Amino acid sequence: MAKETKSKWNGFSLKPRKEMPEGLWMRCPACEHMLYRSAVEENLNVCPECNHHFRIEAATRIKYLADEGSFQEVLGDLTAEDKLGFKFRDTTYKQRLKAEEKKSGAKEAMRIGKAFIKGRGVVLGVMEPNFLMGSMGAVVGEKFCVAVDKAIEETLPLVVVCCSGGARMHEGVVSLGQMAKTSATLAKFDEAGGLYISVLTDPTTGGVTASFAMLGDCLIAEPGALIGFAGPRTIAETIKVELPEGFQTAEFLLERGFLDMIVHRKDLRSEIARLIDYCGR
Amino acid sequence: MRGSLIIKMPDNNNKIGNGDYLDFEEKVAELDRQIEELRRLSSIKGIGYFAEIRRLQREQVTELKRVYSNLTAWQTVQVARHPKRPLLPDYLDLMVKDFRELHGDRCFGDDRAIITGFGQIGREKVLIVGQNKGKNTKEKIACNFGCPNPEGYRKALSKMKFAEKYGIPVVTLVDTPGAHPGIGAEQRGQAQAIAVNLMEMSRLRVPVICVCIGEGGSGGALGIGVADKLAMLEFAYYSVISPEGCAAILWRDGSQAPDAAEALKLTSGDLYKLELVDAVISEPLGGAHRNVRDTVYNVEKYIVKTLRDLKRTKIDNLLESRYRKLRLIGKCSVTSDSAKSKPGKAKIKSTIKAVPTKSRRIPAKV
Ligand SMILES: [Zn+2]
Repeated sequence: MAKETKSKWNGFSLKPRKEMPEGLWMRCPACEHMLYRSAVEENLNVCPECNHHFRIEAATRIKYLADEGSFQEVLGDLTAEDKLGFKFRDTTYKQRLKAEEKKSGAKEAMRIGKAFIKGRGVVLGVMEPNFLMGSMGAVVGEKFCVAVDKAIEETLPLVVVCCSGGARMHEGVVSLGQMAKTSATLAKFDEAGGLYISVLTDPTTGGVTASFAMLGDCLIAEPGALIGFAGPRTIAETIKVELPEGFQTAEFLLERGFLDMIVHRKDLRSEIARLIDYCGR
Repeated sequence: MRGSLIIKMPDNNNKIGNGDYLDFEEKVAELDRQIEELRRLSSIKGIGYFAEIRRLQREQVTELKRVYSNLTAWQTVQVARHPKRPLLPDYLDLMVKDFRELHGDRCFGDDRAIITGFGQIGREKVLIVGQNKGKNTKEKIACNFGCPNPEGYRKALSKMKFAEKYGIPVVTLVDTPGAHPGIGAEQRGQAQAIAVNLMEMSRLRVPVICVCIGEGGSGGALGIGVADKLAMLEFAYYSVISPEGCAAILWRDGSQAPDAAEALKLTSGDLYKLELVDAVISEPLGGAHRNVRDTVYNVEKYIVKTLRDLKRTKIDNLLESRYRKLRLIGKCSVTSDSAKSKPGKAKIKSTIKAVPTKSRRIPAKV
C-alpha cells in the first residue's frame, strides 16, 4: 500500500527529498526562493516567502507542539519484528530497519506519550516520516492502540500527527491488519466518549489515511499537505489521465468536505487547545 | 439449486479450454489433448480406447495432485486470478436461496463492484456483501473489474447497519484486486469510506463471517473484511499490496512479482501459520476453476457451520472476542516498558489461546 510517488508538483513526493541540504542556504521546493536556513527554522520550518510547510521529523514536531519538556514518551524502545522473514534484493527487513534507525535516529515510525499543549494534558502520537516513509507496521499499530488505552484510562484527549506513506509492505498482512486494529480500538475510544484530534501532515496516504487518520472527531490538516488513499502516480498510471492541479492537497479535501480545517503550523497549538476547551475535558 | 441438493457432477463441470491452462500446467494440458484425440479416434474408427483413456485420466489426476500440492506463491496468485474461477454470481446462484439484492448508498450511486442483499444460506437468513469482478467484458466494465469506489463501501455499511437492526448475520465474500485508484474515488473519499467501515464493522452487533474467495487486495478487501471469522479458499491470496506493486517499489522492477509474492506471505497456508486467518477451505483437485459446484459447496458448509457456532455466543462476548482478535494482530514483543503499562497482557493472551477459535479445515469433496 505504501506507494512510491513522484509528482510533477514539488512538495508532494513521498520519496525522502533533499529539501534541507546541509549549509547556510536552502532552496524552497515550492517557490524556488533561496532561503537562509536559520530563518526557516525560526519560522517553524515554514517558507517565509510562500508558506510551504517543510516535512519535519517527530522530535521537531513534538518540540513545536508540546509545552517545553512536557512530553513523556512511552514504549520508546519498541522495535519491529520480522514475522515474515522478508527478503528483497539481497537485503532483509531486519537490515533495512537497522539502516533506517541509523539514518533517522528513530526506532520506529511513531512516538507516543503524555504531554501538555498550552497546559492541557493530552496523549500525543507523532509519526516519524524519516523512518521507512512513516509506514505503519505492527509497532505503529500497537503504539497507536496503547495511546488510545492511555487516553481512555486517564480521560485525556488524543492528538495524533499523521505523516505516512501507508501500510508497511515488509510486514505483509500483519501491517494490513493494523488498519483494522487501530480502527477497532478507536471504536472503543468513541464509546468511552474520548476526544480524538487527528492532524494530517504532508504526506498522509494509503493504509494510514484509510484507518486512524480519517477517523478523528476533528480533522486538521497543514496547508498544502498531500492527503489521499492511492498515491498520485499510481492513479495517473492506472487511469492514464492528467491529474487536475492541486489534486489530493489539503485544500482539495477541505473543499470536498473531508476536513474540518486547515491550520498553519504556527497556529496548531492554539487551535488544538481551543478545540480541547470546547469539548470540555 | 442449493448446494446441499447438488447431485455429484462429473469432475470437469467447468470446461477448461485451450487458453485456460496456466503455464505450470503443461503436462495436464498435454494429457487432455491426448485424451481428446483418443476420444475422437474412438468415435471415427469405432474402436474403444477406454482402458487407455482411463489410464491417461489417472495419470492426469496424479499430475494435478502433484502440481497443486506444491504451488508457489506466484502460481497461487495466478490460480486466484484464473479467468474461469468462480465469482460472486456463482456463489449467489449455488449457495444463496431467495437472494434479494439491495441497491445504492443513498448518497451517490450504486457501485456494481460490491453487491449487497438478503438471502438464505442453509437455514440461516443472512446479509450477503460480496465483491464482483464480472465474467465477460461487458460485466467487467460495469463492475469496474471488481475495484470498488467509495459508494460501494458506503452501500455495504448502510446495508450492514440495516441487518444489524434486525439481528441478521453478515457474510462477506472478498474478491478484489484493490479499491479503485481514481480521481472520482479520491474526490469522494475512498480512504474515509474504508476507514469508517473498519471502525463500524468492528462493533457491528451481529455475527460477521468473511471468506476470501479469490483476490484479497489490500485495503480494498479489508473494507468489507473485518469479521469474527476470516476464512480463505485454499488458492486465494490476501496481501497488503499487489505482488506487482511491491516488486515495482522494493525491487524497482515490476517483473520481479514472483519474488515479491513469495516474500509477502500471501497464500492461505502462510497466513494460517501466521494466525492471520481462522480457516482454510479446501478447493477441489486442480483448483476452484475446475469444479465450481464443489468449491461453492465447501464454502457453504463452512459458512453454515461457523454461523451456527457464532450464533450460540452471546453478542457481547462475540464483540469482545472480535476486538481481542483484532487487537492481537501483530502483537509486539513485550519490552520492559510495555510490560509495565500492560500488566494483564500476557494473561489475556493465554486466555485467548485457551479458547478454541480455530475452525477445522474442511476436506474437499472431489
Ligand atoms: Zn517557498
